[in-house]
Amino acid sequence: MARIDLDNVRHAYGPDPKSDADFALRRVSHVFEDGGAYALLGPSGCGKTSMLNIISGLVAPTEGRVLFNGEDVTLLSTEKRNIAQVFQFPVVYDSMTVRENLAFPLRNRRMKTDEIARRVDEVLETVGLTALAGRKARGLTADEKQKISLGRGLVRPDVNAVLFDEPLTVVDPQMKWQLRASLRDVHRRSRATMIYVTHDQTEALTFADKVVVMYAGEIVQVGTPAELFERPSHTFVGYFIGSPGMNVVPVAIDGAGVRIGESRVALPAAPVVVDGARIELGVRPEFVKLGAAGIPASVIRVEDAGRYRVAHLSMQGHPIAAMLREGEKIPADPKVSFDPVGVHLYADSWRVALNGAGQ
Amino acid sequence: MKQGRFAWIVPALYILFLMTPIYWLVAMSLKTNVEITTRFTLWPELLTFDNYAKVFGDERWRSVFANSLMYVSLNTVISVAVALPAAYAFSRYRFFGDKHLFFWLLTNRMAPAAVFALPFFQLYSAFGLFDTHIAVALAHCLFNVPLAVWILEGFMSGVPREIDETAYIDGHSFPSFFVKIFMPLIASGIGVAAFFCFMFSWVEYLIADALARSAVMPITTRLQALSQASGTDWGVLAAAGTLTLIPGAIVIWFVRNYIAKGFALGRV
Amino acid sequence: MKPVNQKAWFLVAPVLLLVAFTAIIPLMTVVNYSVQYVATNAQFHWVGDLWYREVLHSEKFWNALWRNLVFSCIILAIQIPLGVLIALNMPRKGWGVPVCLVLMALPLLIPWYVVGMIWQMFGRVDIGLFGVMLRDFGYNYENDPIDAWFTLVLMDVWHWTSLVAMLAYAGLVSIPDAYYQAARIDGASKWSVFRFIQLPKMGRVLTIAILLRFMDSFMIFTEPFAVIAGGDPVFLSTELKQTVELGQKAAMSIIYFLIILLTSWVFYTVMTRDDGAPRPQGGVS
Repeated sequence: MARIDLDNVRHAYGPDPKSDADFALRRVSHVFEDGGAYALLGPSGCGKTSMLNIISGLVAPTEGRVLFNGEDVTLLSTEKRNIAQVFQFPVVYDSMTVRENLAFPLRNRRMKTDEIARRVDEVLETVGLTALAGRKARGLTADEKQKISLGRGLVRPDVNAVLFDEPLTVVDPQMKWQLRASLRDVHRRSRATMIYVTHDQTEALTFADKVVVMYAGEIVQVGTPAELFERPSHTFVGYFIGSPGMNVVPVAIDGAGVRIGESRVALPAAPVVVDGARIELGVRPEFVKLGAAGIPASVIRVEDAGRYRVAHLSMQGHPIAAMLREGEKIPADPKVSFDPVGVHLYADSWRVALNGAGQ
Repeated sequence: MKQGRFAWIVPALYILFLMTPIYWLVAMSLKTNVEITTRFTLWPELLTFDNYAKVFGDERWRSVFANSLMYVSLNTVISVAVALPAAYAFSRYRFFGDKHLFFWLLTNRMAPAAVFALPFFQLYSAFGLFDTHIAVALAHCLFNVPLAVWILEGFMSGVPREIDETAYIDGHSFPSFFVKIFMPLIASGIGVAAFFCFMFSWVEYLIADALARSAVMPITTRLQALSQASGTDWGVLAAAGTLTLIPGAIVIWFVRNYIAKGFALGRV
Repeated sequence: MKPVNQKAWFLVAPVLLLVAFTAIIPLMTVVNYSVQYVATNAQFHWVGDLWYREVLHSEKFWNALWRNLVFSCIILAIQIPLGVLIALNMPRKGWGVPVCLVLMALPLLIPWYVVGMIWQMFGRVDIGLFGVMLRDFGYNYENDPIDAWFTLVLMDVWHWTSLVAMLAYAGLVSIPDAYYQAARIDGASKWSVFRFIQLPKMGRVLTIAILLRFMDSFMIFTEPFAVIAGGDPVFLSTELKQTVELGQKAAMSIIYFLIILLTSWVFYTVMTRDDGAPRPQGGVS
């Protein structure tokens, strides 16, 4: 178990990087606390896999340091870092049985035979492979093979951290829930530091205590699922987390309020922003109200998402989505207003503190 | 996978081993016969191109080269042309006896040339084809057609069948689809198949020697006749031998990026 | 699943006609000869299995067969491990790849007779680099059968190891990086990586390499013919070429062909035995 520090880590795959665009990881500093369950969430190509590989030592960062429990391991090989990692696609040793596959990392580390057997049985149970223990890995399905990979990631008792790189991509949806629950369970029992890379918000939010959201090679926010939802610190977080994502509307500051086209929305205090910054208002659809007072808008369409409905409107030429409670009717001439709790202001995509509430 | 720092020594030594006899052949072709037979020299002391001049100046040498290249090219064209539709059938459809047919085709690759050399003579004589380019080209189909079918089938199976269906829906007939759409898609496969057909036809000796004895004599037959005669002209033999390396070298150079791919299919 | 379509036979027909002409008719002719006696007046007489019995009782045939088997075993024992060793150490990227591939493929495209000729010129004790250097140790492949064996094996290694190496190399480069990364994380030793990742992934191409090398070495004729001109060692194909009696020659041909078919089939069945029925896709798509 270990606390993992990333200290000003930058990484470029090409030689001689010049501009920020050459870096897959622009500049990342972050502390993964010992025993935490983290999710790295972000779209494809945001640098999350690079970050994982830098932690495990498969990739050496161009700049910066990696520390395990305060000790610099930047130059240490993967083997010496004592890390377990599960990849996106199944990696199994074809010629071995399922049991031998799981025992392999332990045997390489010269664990005692009876201890190996005990440990392997436990993990077989966790990933649901007990029935297949004696089968050769070669003939198994992709799901089953991925369970073997997961099992190999979990089998070592003394690892500094377990890293998962979108491990459930090839697994079918029903099994996903089950395996994710098992992983949570393993985490609760072992208290190992776990880092789980995914582009699926549901997966991230249900697995992790803390979610690290990445965008274009940078960490844009770290927080609990609730924090990410309630106070997205970057428009990308607002847009990426939640379904549908946050409404982001370009506005102009007007004293203690902002102006959207002809209309004005009051804010609790006058925001302080750098001159010339791009100002946007962010409101989640959950906090958009349709009623008799507010900014006039016209309905484009209404989507039925089962338990709730989403109205898509055009407000001063900007698209905006509103969540409708069950049975709620859209007024004939709808006017949009915002619940002040859910109103955020962004300057150049970053959240601006209002009312001294902090970032 | 990280390789050791001195890993390159293994292929380097191996390539050195490959190149030494070839060097000796080339060195010999640049020596005079006197130097070859009376003195042992590591490199030509008296560099001479006379041997090459003799080969190029002799109509008999020129014609045997032309003969070999002729039947090899003919064979390559025939093998690939008949293998294309067959490979398509094997990769796309099931039909009565397909598996057996495929396996039986492959067994022809296992037929020793020495076995066939005997009846080939009678067979091609009966058709009046003995001692013609086409006879050798057809005879080499024995092992090249199965090979071409096998290689092409592998490449074709990699092309999704939806492409065929889309083309038919778009109103292409089978021949127009096959030539205009499908063949460009498997162009590298055709290249690899042609490469191996060329290779196996070019290197074969026994059948070519049996079927083309005088009018269309292949290069190797002439080399054989001269190398095992008394009073061998080593310099000229070495020069002619060196020249036989060139077509192969050219062909490898052109397909160097596809070789690994062809081998990756595991089909040779 | 592929659709059933009997019209596919039309597409296969050209191949079938061609192969019938180049393989079936000649093979039938050989079978026909093998059960007849051809008299000097070109009269054919039915003799049943006489020729087969004669071949199978002939000491020369068994000796040649035995020599062929020993030769095949020796060259397999050298070429397969050597080819794998070379493939493991070949560069994976950069300018070294095409250089290695092109130079290594070169012997494969030399006409077989020229291969023999090159080795004759290389190995002769009067004019050959190799022969002259070993002359003082009593080497002379023209007089000494052991030296001739040695030369032929060395020549075959020279000629064909590249094929094995290139096949093995193709198998190696198709292994996704994730396998090596997983092995590092699992703390696998170099030997384990070879034993549990590289070797299993090369299994298919090595099967093909062994089959091809067995078949071709068993059929070897041209290269030894060029080097030793039918002297010792006498292989099956040499024996066949030297047999005069037509019926006996035909019977020997059939037996020869059957041996290769049978051995290849046994090889193939044994080597693909534990593959399981339908071969699933590899781990990484």
